[in-house]
Amino acid sequence: MFYREAGDFKTTYADDSQTFPIKFDRYRYWAVLAFAFLVVPFIINDYWLNAVVLPFLIYSVAAIGLNILTGYCGQVSLGSGGFMAVGAYACYKFMTSFPGMDIFSVILLSGFVTAAVGILFGLPSLRIKGFYLAVATLAAQFFLVWLFNKVPWFYNYSASGQINAPERTVFGYAVTGAETHAWAVYLVALIFVVVLAVIARNLTRGSLGRKWMAIRDMDIAAEIIGVNPMTAKLSAFAISSFYVGVSGAMFFVLYLGAVEVGEAFGIGKSFIILFMVIIGGLGSIFGSFAGAAFMVLMPVLLKNVMVGQLGWATDLAAHFEFVIVGGLIIVFLILEPHGLAQLWRLAKEKLRLWPFPH
Amino acid sequence: MSAGFYYGTEVFLNGLMTGVLYSLVALGFVLIFKSSGIFNYAQGVMALFAALTLVGLQDGQVPFAHLINSIFGTQVHHFGWHLPALLAILLTAGVMVILAIVVERYILRHLVNQPDIILFMATIGLAYFMEGFGDLMWGSEIKKLDVGIPQGGNLWIEENTAFLGGDDFYGFYLDSLDIVAAVFAGLLVLSLVLFSQYTKTGRALRAVADDHQAALSVGISLRFIWVVVWSIAGFIALVAGIMWGSKSGVQFSLSLIALKALPVLMLGGFTSIPGAIVGGLIIGVGEKMFEFLIGAPFLGGATENWFAYMLALVFLVFRPQGLFGDKIIERV
Repeated sequence: MFYREAGDFKTTYADDSQTFPIKFDRYRYWAVLAFAFLVVPFIINDYWLNAVVLPFLIYSVAAIGLNILTGYCGQVSLGSGGFMAVGAYACYKFMTSFPGMDIFSVILLSGFVTAAVGILFGLPSLRIKGFYLAVATLAAQFFLVWLFNKVPWFYNYSASGQINAPERTVFGYAVTGAETHAWAVYLVALIFVVVLAVIARNLTRGSLGRKWMAIRDMDIAAEIIGVNPMTAKLSAFAISSFYVGVSGAMFFVLYLGAVEVGEAFGIGKSFIILFMVIIGGLGSIFGSFAGAAFMVLMPVLLKNVMVGQLGWATDLAAHFEFVIVGGLIIVFLILEPHGLAQLWRLAKEKLRLWPFPH
Repeated sequence: MSAGFYYGTEVFLNGLMTGVLYSLVALGFVLIFKSSGIFNYAQGVMALFAALTLVGLQDGQVPFAHLINSIFGTQVHHFGWHLPALLAILLTAGVMVILAIVVERYILRHLVNQPDIILFMATIGLAYFMEGFGDLMWGSEIKKLDVGIPQGGNLWIEENTAFLGGDDFYGFYLDSLDIVAAVFAGLLVLSLVLFSQYTKTGRALRAVADDHQAALSVGISLRFIWVVVWSIAGFIALVAGIMWGSKSGVQFSLSLIALKALPVLMLGGFTSIPGAIVGGLIIGVGEKMFEFLIGAPFLGGATENWFAYMLALVFLVFRPQGLFGDKIIERV
């Protein structure tokens, strides 16, 4: 009834190609943004920030990054954990080498460093395809984690081998370090997420995104119609790594504060991000958010139910979590290979006709 | 001849033995990939699951004991029997067949005609599921697996090679377990080759590997073949699980041998059984020698984690289909 395009006349080209063609969607979008920026900062506390909101925001960025590479450009990567580590360590080196730099530039610069590393490990994709490439990206994962473990320069020769985020402030409020304000940390993360998501959405709608999708659907055919596979693949690797690197940097400075590379950015991390992309939906920015929300919320929920309500041991709950995550992935792939995003699309189709479906 | 040379030779031989174990895991991958085009990430977890089941059956553990105790407040843990190794192995093989049937019935059947990448992801899901399920069923503590394979250095080889060097050389140190594993791997490969060349089911298997539709049209049941293939992969996982489990205990890290087998596959080619063997040997020797010659002295050690991947990566850039893989022909 409210969700329809009838009566919403487009009079300019800009109107015609906007992200949300339906009026209701536009209002909803602004309402969500207003809620996130104007309401949440006043009600958020440390528990909600660290258990749910911050991991969700950070993983969303990583999932968008991997979705650009895997969902839009069709290059499966299992090295996201390694690239997140690059972002985190670059961030650490920038913060300790240039104490005067503000946190926004530091995180962005870490993203650019990761993009460069991503291009390097993306080079084999020009020759290697499919599973071979997926396995080849594992090389990045193992090599990078080993590198950050073994070369003391990266962790400033600290005795523990850990990296710790020094304190940084934004307008006088601490956002990293020991004494932070929940709302300040939240706002920093939110600004990154919103800006990066809008950029990603528009990139994938533009000519670059179309090139990626052409490569994904059939790379030889794409090459024949004039898409340069080298620039398309490498740009996907670069931009994807930029996103993953930014999320790694945020994961380190905003969320964990102290990082041991094998523990925080191991191969498990790569798989979790891949699951987010699959469950959310390959080739969808909304799907990246949905997948991240799902993978962050589900363990919290399971833990609350099994440990809190039923009083089981935590290791038992952890095993159940594996079973449920694995089972859900299989169920999702069988019932809805296009993920939560497809359910959302179907719901919207239904809504447009509601309440008169015929 | 210097002591370094002999030590290097010993590292080489040990690398060869490790390589055989890698090949064993890689073989399971190749079989499934050839016959169904599925890249089965769960192969490593299958080895872990097989080893867990074997230990559990042998020691008479109550399945899901932890869970039952949590729900009903009971204190069950063991049935109190102790099965002979051979019987336990046979029972575990039966469990792997049941697993194959379940996988075919509830996963593969529903995913026919999906893109390869979806199937790959499904096996990752399966790996997670089985990892949690195995721990839930048998508990997650480290277990000792003992089916009567000799362990420790092999004295016979040590004594009979001691004459090669000087007074300070006491012969090559080779673990008996590795030798047994190598023999078993060889037998397994031989019997697989015989099976696929000289039996009716084996021929059907090769037909399916060549062309699904053509195989269907001459009356070969795809589903039956898939069950057979997954069962064989399950047996291979069982053998690999026994070998690795006897060596370092049955624990979570056992499932990581899948990650060791992946570069072997890339090097040898996903579709080639000889490739899996040769690739395994090259990787096994390569990573041990690299660690010995370059990694430990110059790079701070622990290079074994990534060396295999880098080797495979560099190799693939020059030969994208691996050593023995089918030539990749693409058409628009």
